[in-house]
Amino acid sequence: MAIGHALLGLLEGGPRHGYDLKRAYDERFGHDRPLAYGQVYSTLSRLLKNGLVAEAGVEAGDGPERKRYAITDAGVTDVERWLGTPEKPEPYLQNTLYSKVVLALLSGRSATDVLDTQRAAHLSVMRDLTKRKADGDLADQLICDFALFHLEADLRWLELTAARLDKLAQEVGK
Amino acid sequence: MSLLVAQDLHKSFGKTHALEGAGLTIRAGEIVAVMGPSGSGKSTLLHCIAGILPPDSGVVRYGDRELTSMSDRERSELRRTDFGFVFQFGQLVPELTCLENVALPLRLSGMKRKDAERAAKDWMAKLEVDGVADQRPGETSGGQGQRVAIARALVTAPKVIFADEPTGALDSLNGERVMHLLTSAARETGAAVVLVTHEARVAAYSDREVVVRDGKARDVEFVR
Repeated sequence: MAIGHALLGLLEGGPRHGYDLKRAYDERFGHDRPLAYGQVYSTLSRLLKNGLVAEAGVEAGDGPERKRYAITDAGVTDVERWLGTPEKPEPYLQNTLYSKVVLALLSGRSATDVLDTQRAAHLSVMRDLTKRKADGDLADQLICDFALFHLEADLRWLELTAARLDKLAQEVGK
Repeated sequence: MSLLVAQDLHKSFGKTHALEGAGLTIRAGEIVAVMGPSGSGKSTLLHCIAGILPPDSGVVRYGDRELTSMSDRERSELRRTDFGFVFQFGQLVPELTCLENVALPLRLSGMKRKDAERAAKDWMAKLEVDGVADQRPGETSGGQGQRVAIARALVTAPKVIFADEPTGALDSLNGERVMHLLTSAARETGAAVVLVTHEARVAAYSDREVVVRDGKARDVEFVR
């Protein structure tokens, strides 16, 4: 998953400093793989360079000064574009798709749209594979079947998630 | 060209609202998958647009005729002449042979037995079930039975075929064969297919999909 987009999505809720962002990310998305500090700061500096975030003051404290970052209009547009663009249908997308759904819910956008757009992209690839199977030899058919069964598994996850969106929205809103 | 248009359909069964403002457009010759979770209303939508169930409110148009204002008799007539049906199971008459089953819609429209059975034999050959012509449905496998049912749906040269989970009771290989034969035959004859399914691999035989959720239908166009 693009960490940059996840951080941008989290910044839509208001400015945060790096440590705070890491904590929010780990809580939402980093169950198995928490972010390293180095990743957070290198990603933020890239986002800053690209004008997607801006510095929003410094938080004074006992320890070192902590810069706060805010998302810019260009950053919001970038998140919108990311959420609205389906991922290339391929196996093992669940981390990215899960993050998109959660960030859509967190930011008050339509998670149903994210799921529907992805379903349409998946089915489009499945149609191409089904046509290829009809014209192909047995080897082609078996290769296409492998991809079709994996894509179907993704789609079942999309359906199940769509059916549980209300509950997920409640959990995310806690 | 729009062949079948449904607008703002509502249908309740007691306190259960199966359709709540569903709409759908089917163009001539296209294969449309109607998808959605169990209980979303997709089968009710199919039954309403096929004239099997009258909606509580809303309009269904077939060409320039309005299904929703026809009498039961007119709707039955239309179903027999212009529509074909394939369901998950239980659609063949067990007392008749497979050939008699396929010929049945033509016989009901008044065609002579010899002519009806000749047409039925042609379709059974296309669907690769001519070998079971003299057997009763109970003596065939699930896959053969579904292909006999598809032959019966196609024998009247319908403009629209309504298929409700046609592969629901079949294994993957038989399901695939049934879908391949159904869609190839529909494309050959120019019939539109409205395919209700919850299986993505079955929906992948369609040209586009419509998603039914909470009694509402949603068209999702994927633009590359």
